[in-house]
Amino acid sequence: MNIVRLPEAREWMIWAGIVIVASIVFMAVFAPFIAPYDPTEMTNDILKPPSLKHIMGTDNLGRDIFSRVVYGSRVVLEVVFSATLFSMAIGVPLGLISGYFGGKLDRVLSMVMDSIYAFPSLILAIAIAAMLGPSVFNAIIAIAVVYVPTYYRMTRGQTLSLKSALFVEAAKTIGAGDFRIIRKHILPNVLPTILVVFTLCVADAILTEAGLSFLGFIVSAPTPDWGFDLSAGRPYLPAGYWWLITFPGLMVMLLALGFALIGEGLSERYLRREI
Amino acid sequence: MGSLKEYIIMRALLVIPTVFILLTLVFFILRILPGDPIVAMLGQKVPPEVLEKLRAELGLNKPIWEQYIDYLSHVIRGDLGRSMIWGRRPVIEEIMDRFPATLELTIFSFAISVFLGITTGSIAAFRRGSKIDTGMRLYSIIAYTLFIPWFGMLLQMLFGVYLDLLPIGGRIDPGLEPPHITGLYVLDSILTMHWRSLESALAHLILPSLTLGIVLSGAYTRLVRNNLIEVLNQDFIRAYRARGVRNRKIAFHAMKNAFIPIITLMGLQFAILLAGAVLTETTFSWPGIGTFLLERIQYRDYTSVQGVIVFYALFVAMISLIVDVIYALLDPRVRY
Amino acid sequence: MLLEIEDLKVYYRSKKGTVKAVDGVSLRIDRGEMVGIVGESGCGKSTLAYSIIRLVQGEVRGKILFDGVNLLELSEEKMRRIRGKEIGMVFQDPMTSLDPLEKIGDQIVETITEHENVDEETAMRRVRELLLKVGLPEDRVESYPHQLSGGQRQRVMIALAIALNPKLLIADEPTTALDVIVQERIMDILEGIKREGKSVILITHDLALASERCDRIAVMYAGWLVEMGKTSEIVKDPLHPYTKGLMDSIPDLWMKKEVKPMPGNPPDLTDPPKGCRFHPRCPLADDVCRREEPPTVNLGDRIVRCWRWANASEG
Repeated sequence: MNIVRLPEAREWMIWAGIVIVASIVFMAVFAPFIAPYDPTEMTNDILKPPSLKHIMGTDNLGRDIFSRVVYGSRVVLEVVFSATLFSMAIGVPLGLISGYFGGKLDRVLSMVMDSIYAFPSLILAIAIAAMLGPSVFNAIIAIAVVYVPTYYRMTRGQTLSLKSALFVEAAKTIGAGDFRIIRKHILPNVLPTILVVFTLCVADAILTEAGLSFLGFIVSAPTPDWGFDLSAGRPYLPAGYWWLITFPGLMVMLLALGFALIGEGLSERYLRREI
Repeated sequence: MGSLKEYIIMRALLVIPTVFILLTLVFFILRILPGDPIVAMLGQKVPPEVLEKLRAELGLNKPIWEQYIDYLSHVIRGDLGRSMIWGRRPVIEEIMDRFPATLELTIFSFAISVFLGITTGSIAAFRRGSKIDTGMRLYSIIAYTLFIPWFGMLLQMLFGVYLDLLPIGGRIDPGLEPPHITGLYVLDSILTMHWRSLESALAHLILPSLTLGIVLSGAYTRLVRNNLIEVLNQDFIRAYRARGVRNRKIAFHAMKNAFIPIITLMGLQFAILLAGAVLTETTFSWPGIGTFLLERIQYRDYTSVQGVIVFYALFVAMISLIVDVIYALLDPRVRY
Repeated sequence: MLLEIEDLKVYYRSKKGTVKAVDGVSLRIDRGEMVGIVGESGCGKSTLAYSIIRLVQGEVRGKILFDGVNLLELSEEKMRRIRGKEIGMVFQDPMTSLDPLEKIGDQIVETITEHENVDEETAMRRVRELLLKVGLPEDRVESYPHQLSGGQRQRVMIALAIALNPKLLIADEPTTALDVIVQERIMDILEGIKREGKSVILITHDLALASERCDRIAVMYAGWLVEMGKTSEIVKDPLHPYTKGLMDSIPDLWMKKEVKPMPGNPPDLTDPPKGCRFHPRCPLADDVCRREEPPTVNLGDRIVRCWRWANASEG
């Protein structure tokens, strides 16, 4: 007769996450109005610590780090959102079909997806990006491939449990076609879970993007990108130029944190057990 | 009920299809994706004769299914080809040279992450709903979202540059390498009683393994917390209390039960550990497989890159086999 | 007198408000008797049982005198020493009440060594005796719970509960999860324990089972004790309309009487009905019942909480 007290949905987590993400998206959209300098403009003010003139200091080429941080949000968001859309566009329909129809196709797809899922995601992305050559578009492909299994597995699992649910049986007896059932009855019920997985997956994809960028697989100089700028600042670390690395890395963490907070809050609200 | 040995053999046989799928995947990703890997690696300006010669050497001019059979039969024989640069050594030898460094780093990081994860996760679970619980959950999320190179550099800056306590790169001070037995410097220095080597190896390990360990601990905090809460709500815990068993002992039983599902998840976590190790190795100039992979990508050494990816696939499959066997040993409900 | 409960109230908070799971219950249990606490699910009978060993979340008020000591005033450590040692407990679902990772023998040994200073060997000898007593082969000490059937597990639960010779055994729906033949065996074991001079509280929704096995029966409804008395008297002549309703809903193989299921459900305990809590389902309810709470009436060795008897005893 124990009364189990479920922790309340942490609404504040969701809101804190939304505020962080919204600010960064705002920054990316209005970058030209927010950034005080051209992010690629080199000056003689090299390696200057943060001051009123350059609030995050300048890098080894005299570029304003704050402006680079502001513009840097553009590449991350572009890569991560495009890749995520790709992954969802492939993973969700495959999961629906696989889970709904079952059979051999389901078994083969599941085995393939499980294998990709088991492989270290960043290493897979590195392999793909290396084979395709470094570019923003290829990075999108690499990251997209890595996250397809996540959406597939989640959608398939949900579809399987929903398929046997009563209302689908009822819809079937009335004579609705399979694809109509999937569209009208299963997909809407999978959506809340997709939303949760989406936010958690984006958080992870941000870190993968930053990793690829740090290793030089996405942009080349002088394009500003957080991961890339971090690796560019690395040689100046032993000499104590802390501002070159602190700010770009902090932004990566904040953006990932924003999505992770939303995901954690949502998963507590919508799913009993976290995935 | 069969014997444990039979179970292990059965489970080992089941690894074969997994490995097969992974190898096939690697093959397709490396060969079928749009674009020519040779062109992608060497750039557009390579003279056609050189290109043709390379293709022939790598067997890329054969029909795709023939390439696939060649590739599989070589991998099965443990032959990952020869590297395309620097003395053209067999790739498997080059990998085995670097593997102990990665293994040493992952073992220490794994130990740190499990220790931190269990501590924070069980504190959160035993005080669920409290402020401490919320704090631990925040720790879990923040640790998980730390960007490894950034976090590593912050630690380098603090402990290496400002406090000047620890080295910020490499595996050991030059000249202190212990005699080669396993290739794991810590183990080898203990076995051969080279205490200065041990000291140096440990000092070099602290920052990279802390970086990777802390980042990975976030996922464990969450796993331990959720599993432990689930176990604590089960009837048999209440039954223990009703028999007057001390809280300390009940906590022990609860944790034992919570770990069984966590062990299976450790297999998947290990893949994340390997991925994180690539970034950690780069940040700390750690001469492991991750840095090897990136170096060979830079030198456009195609066979080495493919070999490393295949090696990772085999490694992941091995780990999942080991995890399953440990699971079977620990859980009496598993029928062999 | 072994156990004396006085004006016990157990309230806990839920999302909908305060649940008055037990609301002013008094009852006494003598040594060597088996008392059935009967009622539909959600009537507070399990909460009552768990509050005796203080394993309920929520606020507990009143007095629980066990062997003259008020359990509600004991420190947590003193209470721990009473659980298992002085009061044993058997649970409804034997499938989930045993630790799946520990051998049967080890679980019982741990219970013994947590309370008594004995070495493992002595404890293991006692475990074997206990298993024989509850009708299990002694080699079961080496078994894990998943290797046993439901009935066997419930025997293990009983062995655990009586391992330290407690004076009181509380059995919460001990047979509900088991099939009929196994039910009889388990009840036989519980009756055997009673004959050794121990008191047994049997929590059950099954009035037929209680009337077969118990010396006295207490009927609970919506957190109230509505009737209590000797089993023979309650079966012969139920005083409270709720008890009557429960009696009428038991199918009887021999008497071929008409089975009348009781309409309606127990009320929501966050917002119980005004007046007598049973009035919405009572065929005899009148204005007083709807307006005012009935007093508990003592009729010799019987107790009933109903306006009909309150008025009768006054008149």
